[in-house]
Amino acid sequence: MKDATITQRTPKLALGPVLYYWPRETLLAFYRQMSTTPVDIIYLGETVCSKRRSLNTDDWLELAEQLTAEGKDVVLSTMVLLEAESELKTLRRLCDNGRFTVEANDMGAVRLLSGKTPFVLGTGINIYNDRTLRFLAGLGAHRWIMPVELSRTTLACIQTQRPAGMETEIFAYGRLPLAYSARCFTARHHNLPKDNCQYRCLNDPEGLTLSTREGQAFLAINGIQTQSAQTYNLLPELAELQALGVDVLRISPQAEGTETVVAAFADCLQGVREPAAAAAALNAALPQGACDGYWQGQPGLQQVAALG
Amino acid sequence: MNNALSKPLELVCPAGNLPSLKAAIDQGADAVYIGFRDDTNARHFPGLNFDAKTAAQGIQYAHARGRRVFIALNTFPQPSGWERWRTAVDRAAELGVDAVIAADISVLDYACRQHPRLPLHLSVQGSAANYEAIRFYHEHFGIRRVVLPRVLSLPQVRHVQDHSPVAIEVFGFGGLCIMVEGRCLLSSYVTGESPNMCGVCSPAQAVRWEETPHGLETRLNGLLIDRHAPGEPAGYPTLCKGRFAVGDQVYYAIEEPASLNTLELLPELHDMGIAAIKIEGRQRSPAYVSQVTHVWRAAIDACRHHPARYAPKAEWQRELGKVSEGHQTTLGAYHRTWQ
Repeated sequence: MKDATITQRTPKLALGPVLYYWPRETLLAFYRQMSTTPVDIIYLGETVCSKRRSLNTDDWLELAEQLTAEGKDVVLSTMVLLEAESELKTLRRLCDNGRFTVEANDMGAVRLLSGKTPFVLGTGINIYNDRTLRFLAGLGAHRWIMPVELSRTTLACIQTQRPAGMETEIFAYGRLPLAYSARCFTARHHNLPKDNCQYRCLNDPEGLTLSTREGQAFLAINGIQTQSAQTYNLLPELAELQALGVDVLRISPQAEGTETVVAAFADCLQGVREPAAAAAALNAALPQGACDGYWQGQPGLQQVAALG
Repeated sequence: MNNALSKPLELVCPAGNLPSLKAAIDQGADAVYIGFRDDTNARHFPGLNFDAKTAAQGIQYAHARGRRVFIALNTFPQPSGWERWRTAVDRAAELGVDAVIAADISVLDYACRQHPRLPLHLSVQGSAANYEAIRFYHEHFGIRRVVLPRVLSLPQVRHVQDHSPVAIEVFGFGGLCIMVEGRCLLSSYVTGESPNMCGVCSPAQAVRWEETPHGLETRLNGLLIDRHAPGEPAGYPTLCKGRFAVGDQVYYAIEEPASLNTLELLPELHDMGIAAIKIEGRQRSPAYVSQVTHVWRAAIDACRHHPARYAPKAEWQRELGKVSEGHQTTLGAYHRTWQ
């Protein structure tokens, strides 16, 4: 990564925000560990449910300082579904932090960040075409993450038209964020009302698996968020991602093995491991298997590319 | 923003074809919303929707009776499809529609630049659930109305209404999206096609009904959505309304098959100054549109004339129950305990 030409061509590795509810000590231990891995960018903050307060805003900002001091490029992520005034209040505080870049996951956040400071367009923002991307670039967005349901073909189209200076990030590894609701499905599973959820999602560090009545796992319940049960793994597509000029590859944290995933991506980017083999090794440890359908323009849950 | 106290709640009804549009107008809809016959709208179903000719006839029918027509162009174009959306906006403007309902920034941006006099509404697919998001769309594209996602409780709707720079439209009746509209990819995860990309959810061509020794099975692209015992009613296998296993329980893990029905909330919605009530169901029959419009017209009029004495009539609820999914209705997210 010392050669400037390689730096330009090699995508950076980003660690997405933790999407689950983990206890404070677990979160802090996780980030202590991540600070020693080769991820370049770390997205911090609660994006799913404002009732999850293992860390409050001050704690997140303090953690951001620590990780910055350790050489990480920190971005503060914001909530996808903003309903209550208290949530908007936290959002304003994050958008006005004056120190760290912010990832907008709602157009309310885009409004608060527009024209003030460069910002990132997260998975919660629907950017399906280059015109929308150009409009948001005009307001100060300098990085966007492609909606996970879009394919390599659409990415190729958008990349040829993307505005100058705009970085493209791809959700490259993890359980896909598929949907958000007012309803908490974890509370529903435990027959509890959302207002008295008893923080049951603390018991599910990687969510609850949802299967069909014939035992086919396909979704994971994570509070108000629904994820894929399968893990999206684009490591085998590394060469194409680089050829398409992707700037950042996002790894979405899991409770177990995230450091192994980071190491596999980093090794492949440095050319010391072969992507297909490294991906196969990662996939072997996945309880519900891997998928790459979205990238291939197919139903998301499918695994299209042959696994090594 | 409580200026609407003097303004009647507007009834906005769905139409998937000309007979439905006429039925809605005849039964007292203030406005009807329609879509073109392609993936520029979120009800891109075979045999449904309007071409330029039928749209013109529908608009003429409505305008002759002092009512309005909105056109939904509320999906998200990918670069290769941009021409279809651009053409659709131009066509809507030429037809003289009373508003375009859009969600994607590129569509809103094009419409407001190219057709500055064309009123724009932010579609529910735009996922604007807070007033900061609504302000964004108002400041940049001059939207005049926003359709709220079906995720807010009644006090939250009031809070948004109190801070919104534009009129608020809420869903009152019909199929209930459990997920925030515009932020649900479940359908493409299983079938490859989603509302955002293709204007469909759980598309018909992916559906299979199979009689098996275990009962009637409904599948979506091969995935088992539900299994029904003999005599048990089986509805359309919308992905989020199946029975699934979580842990050792099999249940409607996401949502029961039920329709939203807010008839009993009318006085409150009216009091907080909501501008319009939207009925879901462009994919439904003219008979559905006629029945539902008839009931809601009567209810809105009754509420307007005697808000203090208003109560939904049993016969209205019976009529609506007949056309509801699984013959069940719910207050959805408006009622906090649903969440």
